[in-house]
Amino acid sequence: MEGQLAHIGAGLAGLGTGLAALGVGNVAANFLSGALRNPSAAASQTATLFIGIAFAEALGIFSFLVALLLMFAV
Amino acid sequence: MATEATHGAEMAEHGADAGGLVFHPMDQFIVKPLFGDGAVGMFTITNVTLWMAIAILVITGLMVLGTSRRAVIPSRSQSVAEMAYGFIYKMVEDVAGKDGLTYFPYIMTLFMFIVVSNFLGLIPMSFTTTSHFAVTVVLALCVFLTVTIIGFVKNGASFLSLFWVSSAPLALRPVLAIIEIISYFVRPVSHSIRLAGNVMAGHAVIKVFAGFAGLALISPLSVVAITAIYGLEVMVAFVQAYVFTILTCVYLKDALHPHH
Repeated sequence: MEGQLAHIGAGLAGLGTGLAALGVGNVAANFLSGALRNPSAAASQTATLFIGIAFAEALGIFSFLVALLLMFAV
Repeated sequence: MATEATHGAEMAEHGADAGGLVFHPMDQFIVKPLFGDGAVGMFTITNVTLWMAIAILVITGLMVLGTSRRAVIPSRSQSVAEMAYGFIYKMVEDVAGKDGLTYFPYIMTLFMFIVVSNFLGLIPMSFTTTSHFAVTVVLALCVFLTVTIIGFVKNGASFLSLFWVSSAPLALRPVLAIIEIISYFVRPVSHSIRLAGNVMAGHAVIKVFAGFAGLALISPLSVVAITAIYGLEVMVAFVQAYVFTILTCVYLKDALHPHH
């Protein structure tokens, strides 16, 4: 029973990775709308874009980690 | 790791019995010895060792042999090597600043190792070394330790001002300090799992679709899907190496200039 509950918990933690996808999409969408307004400044900001994506993704990674821990460590 | 191998074999047998997938999608990540069937110990030569060695050979061939002729009109391998060098050099200069260029060789080594391992892993039947947390955690911990040591050596105790946000209101600063310290120590976690997770997930998805290709009804669809996902994976292989490297540069910048 406990193992099954851990699997349910892992599935719920998977929601977090999906929500991180929303966050990453938000970063990329805002970058694109800004880049289309001022294309000449866009190239210099791609590094910032990737850093922003990485930080937004980090929280999704934590929920992925929780899912992994529930699947294999608990 | 021996238990992992038996687990995979069991799953494969189970799949064959049930008439479903004849292989498990995670079978491709099993670490096995190259010679014989013994247990995997500390110094066993495994498929990970083989593919890491191939990665080192490829990097050496590209960077040393490719640029050895120093032609004015570069050959293909020379221009790839020069492009990679210039790309990382500019990234370090832009993100970490001029004084970060001292650490350029380390960051270049990291980038080349990760990007070449990722691309080698995309060759069918090969082994992806960067899909293992054991590999990426070591890389990320090396970055974490290096950056922390550089921070303390370059700035002394004032490196701790990284955690004391002086631009925030005084009452908020202790709270922010706790958050900053936590976020500093989870850096190697997110840094490593991002790379291994992305690479592993992509390869597992390809294998899942490869399993669907065995069913006659949907096999054309799944072959198209494999092709499309493979294209995506080529991009992911590069982007994840780029993200790993650029985050290393960001951490390095924090170590060199900790003042907010």
